[in-house]
Amino acid sequence: MTGILSLITFAPMIGVAAILALRAMSAGQDTAVVANRAKIVALVTSLVTLALSIFLVSKFDAKDAGFQFVETVTWFSGATYRMGVDGISILFVLLTAFLLPICILASWESVTDRVLEYLAAFLLLETLVIGVFCALDLVLFYLFFEGGLVPMFLIIGIWGGKNRVYAAYKFFLYTLLGSVLMLAAILAMASIAKTTSIPDLMVFKFDPQVQMLLWLAFFASFAVKMPMWPVHTWLPDAHVEAPTAGSVILAGILLKMGGYGFLRFLLPMFPQASVYFTPLVFALSVIAIIYTSLVAFRQVDIKKLIAYSSVAHMGFVTMGIFSGNAQGVQGAIFQMLSHGVIAGALFLCVGVVYDRMHTREIAFYGGLANRMPWYAAIFLLFTMGNVGLPGTSGFVGEILTMTGAYQVSTWTALAATTGVILSAVYALGLYRRVMFGELVNPKLAAIQDLTVREVVIFAPLIASTLILGVRPGLIFNLTAASVDHLVGAYKAAVGG
Amino acid sequence: MEPIVTTLVFAPLVGALIAGLFGRRIGDLASQSVTTGLLLLTCGLSWMTFYQVIWGSWAGQETFTLAPFIHIGNFISNWSIRIDTLSAVMLVVVSSVSALVHIYSWGYMAEDPSRPRFFAYLSLFTFAMLMLVTAADFMQLFFGWEGVGLASYLLIGFWFKKPSASAAAIKAFVVNRVGDFGFALGIMTVFWMFGTIQFAELFPLIAAKAGTQWTFIGQSWSAIDLACGLLFIGAMGKSAQFFLHTWLPDAMEGPTPVSALIHAATMVTAGVYMVCLLSPMFEYAPVTKQIVTLIGAITALFAATVGLAQNDIKRVIAYSTCSQLGYMFFAAGVGAYQAAMFHLFTHAFFKALLFLGAGSVIHGMHHEQDMRKMGGLWKYLPVTYAVMVIGTLAITGFGIPSLHLGFAGFYSKDAIIESAWAASGKNGIASFAFVVGLLAAGLTAFYSWRLAFMTFHGTAKWDSAHADAHGHDDHAHDAGHGHDDHAHDDHGHAHKPHESPLVMLLPLVALAVGAIGAGYAFVESFVGEHRNEFWRGAIFNAPTNHVLEHAHHAPEWVVMAPLVVSMTGLAVAIYVYLMNEGMGLRVASRGGPLHTFFYNKWFFDELYEATFVRATRFLGDVFWKIGDQKIIDGFGPDGVAAVSASVGRRLSKAQSGYVYHYAFVMLLGVAGLLSYALWAWAH
Repeated sequence: MTGILSLITFAPMIGVAAILALRAMSAGQDTAVVANRAKIVALVTSLVTLALSIFLVSKFDAKDAGFQFVETVTWFSGATYRMGVDGISILFVLLTAFLLPICILASWESVTDRVLEYLAAFLLLETLVIGVFCALDLVLFYLFFEGGLVPMFLIIGIWGGKNRVYAAYKFFLYTLLGSVLMLAAILAMASIAKTTSIPDLMVFKFDPQVQMLLWLAFFASFAVKMPMWPVHTWLPDAHVEAPTAGSVILAGILLKMGGYGFLRFLLPMFPQASVYFTPLVFALSVIAIIYTSLVAFRQVDIKKLIAYSSVAHMGFVTMGIFSGNAQGVQGAIFQMLSHGVIAGALFLCVGVVYDRMHTREIAFYGGLANRMPWYAAIFLLFTMGNVGLPGTSGFVGEILTMTGAYQVSTWTALAATTGVILSAVYALGLYRRVMFGELVNPKLAAIQDLTVREVVIFAPLIASTLILGVRPGLIFNLTAASVDHLVGAYKAAVGG
Repeated sequence: MEPIVTTLVFAPLVGALIAGLFGRRIGDLASQSVTTGLLLLTCGLSWMTFYQVIWGSWAGQETFTLAPFIHIGNFISNWSIRIDTLSAVMLVVVSSVSALVHIYSWGYMAEDPSRPRFFAYLSLFTFAMLMLVTAADFMQLFFGWEGVGLASYLLIGFWFKKPSASAAAIKAFVVNRVGDFGFALGIMTVFWMFGTIQFAELFPLIAAKAGTQWTFIGQSWSAIDLACGLLFIGAMGKSAQFFLHTWLPDAMEGPTPVSALIHAATMVTAGVYMVCLLSPMFEYAPVTKQIVTLIGAITALFAATVGLAQNDIKRVIAYSTCSQLGYMFFAAGVGAYQAAMFHLFTHAFFKALLFLGAGSVIHGMHHEQDMRKMGGLWKYLPVTYAVMVIGTLAITGFGIPSLHLGFAGFYSKDAIIESAWAASGKNGIASFAFVVGLLAAGLTAFYSWRLAFMTFHGTAKWDSAHADAHGHDDHAHDAGHGHDDHAHDDHGHAHKPHESPLVMLLPLVALAVGAIGAGYAFVESFVGEHRNEFWRGAIFNAPTNHVLEHAHHAPEWVVMAPLVVSMTGLAVAIYVYLMNEGMGLRVASRGGPLHTFFYNKWFFDELYEATFVRATRFLGDVFWKIGDQKIIDGFGPDGVAAVSASVGRRLSKAQSGYVYHYAFVMLLGVAGLLSYALWAWAH
């Protein structure tokens, strides 16, 4: 099976090559026809990648806590091309491959400008993101991690809305800050440990004093990605300006790179520092949950509201991870996965009405349930997922992360639990303002319910939200061994 | 047995899915038939289970595990069906009332264009409620708990075009979430205290932890008291107890069958059910039991006082429900869980009866809910009148103590009041509950008879009122549908009130039978001689808890007292509303401070609006406009941009071409830093 990870990672690049070839060959032809061909190429590519990922999961040995399908190629002096997945990262590979075809379908009609480049950017992004989750070498990880920002940056900056440049600039500034610090830390680690192999670094014992500095540097980078309060303000702007599919990827996958980084680097490599800084992380998590929920409640733009709610939900993730126990970490991983699906779906829901009306202003809408019953039903399902209703996947992550945090700090659990009230306040408030009431705006009088294409897009998301909500074990079975190993090593290292 | 209980729990879900997803394709009639048919199946199987569990061959407790839910370490939850006396009682209550409400809705909702959706929601609710009562661990309990909350939200907001309905729906959900906040923390506390969330594993561990301390938010607490106290907050939300009661009256925005099923007979009793289910915990939580008693007693009195002054027929019954739930809680609080469950059981019949009866009145009155515009209806709605009188006799606990013969409420309410008396020896709060219980019984009699008299007796106020309303209004269901033109032709052109169709009257009659006989038939089993064989350990009483024992030996005056106060309430109601018709209105219009206070529901809505709601808005704005925009962005990205004036100027001219520049810089940065890194590391 060696080589399958590289195959999955670089499969989208074949699609990119095909699209570029298509562009070169069809110069002068009808752009609409060419664009359609390119869409099909992109969709097929992403579906093949998804199929490969499912195959990967089927071959994965869930009982083995270590890295599997490992590939090691000495690259050039010192740097090694090393790939591999464990029970944690394989999920994110699957999530990425799962969301990409949805993104491409979602852009089918809404993107008309520079379609080929747009599709190529998405496929390139897929390669880089999957690479992040598969990389087992610091340098390789850094390349994928930073490289992934470029296509995202372009997607916002080129295919975004009116204020796209400001949003792209903000995104750039924050990420740059994190990147520089992380790079410095990577350098330091390499020079101390004399290796850039992630599995080796995970068992390397750094001096606790050094850990503190390294921890802070990595934390800065991942905290921006999550994003954690107070470095979250780029996210609402990025979401508002990004095209629908860009938001799906942003919320669904890019944010998860931060959480993944915490699990892959901070906890195993700097356990003492992680324990030391846990109160800080808890404080920031709880602030994120309460503060951004309250801000979400006051938003007038649908997308901004959902973006703020994303920050709040990521607060549960950071809290769960730094609980350092099985419930918290499993809950955090599950929450990331579930949020990827639910927030992605919510952004798609916004896209549905945005495509029709070209506004995201909440006040413009109202009474949509009258004319769009299916849309109302689907929006309700994901709203309930966002609120963390049991039976949807949103519940499992929340209750587990709160339970995990309770063991470490009851204050944190108490404060985080207020999030379940606040999420109901903003999410149901949004739903009411958009869906309920009489349909008064005359411009909405002819608005149409979901098309077949849109239903096809939502179907897998609906299924995942409900199936994972009822049988979360499907995920836990994959992650259990790796998480137990991680938690065990963490507790052993900090003497807990 | 497993196929039977599985079928009875999941049949309503199947109905809900069919009606909800394919309702418009298969049509109204098919949707109604499927959901109602499956509900009748559930109802039949529930009674069968009830019979078998208590007197038949399945005696005892059994838990059927269907599938794993969450398994993380020892945080283990399964999808399962727990069958014991407690859940069996709930099964028959829930499925019977639900089946009757389904049938009733054929008539009540006959003109609504969204019937498949309505029946789907009703069946979905029933499923969630059945999952709640058959849960074997806290996670499934919570699933059912929030599931019924969802169904309640959907049904309160069923007529979603009406702003008041969607506002009430959100209020119900959010206030319940406040309760669930405590509930969730309670579950976490139980988990870390005992290392399990399975009831069967948890209960044997409790006695050993009694009296130990537990640290929570920096304080040391009596362990079991803390866990029970947090869980009780959840019960307060779901069962609309004092402080968290404000959603229940507003929930009357939902169609009346919903009020009967969810906001009277079943969902709101879930909190009582939870406390009884967790009796093995609460028995070791003396302080929390006192709190439960106190909150229950206050609610019983508070809601009764508010009920005195309301004019909307449904709101009177809503506050009455709130008050009766208070009775159940203080019964549980003094340790008489059996009495609480008994009242839950009888209350389901007579309160569903009262609500559906009110629905019949509203239907007959062409959607008028203001009792001041009714009067003299007994002639026009004779069957409704008869069953409403039965319901009123049942809720006021009418009976003859010396013969031990009375309506359903007679047995259960007296059992509660006697239990409170029995517990009051050394327990001041129980004494308070006893006094309040008596007082509220008098108030209950007054407002219940007031409702009956204002509606069915006296002069008819609807002729003129109705003519007024008719100039501009149609007959549409509240706001559910626009103009159904002359769908009401059969109502006669005089627009006289009319009796409801048979499909609505039959459920009323069935419930009336329950309101008459449910107490007599089950008193010995629930709280009497046979209670131990009946409950078979499903409810736990600590060895020191003899409250039911003592209640049986209550002196004559305690036994007579409820009858005396309720007769007094009746007498006052007769005096004010029959003998001196109009006196009530005169008192109300004088606007005395007490009336104003009661009429405005003790100003709770205003208080919460001025505090929580405003604070939430204010903080949201501060965090957004000052925190995010001024401070974080001001010193962060915007500050950086401002410092570099040229960047700022370029930004203001914002052109997409610059995006490439940034991207290029980004790539360049990555490449440069990386080259440096590799170079540095190689050396």
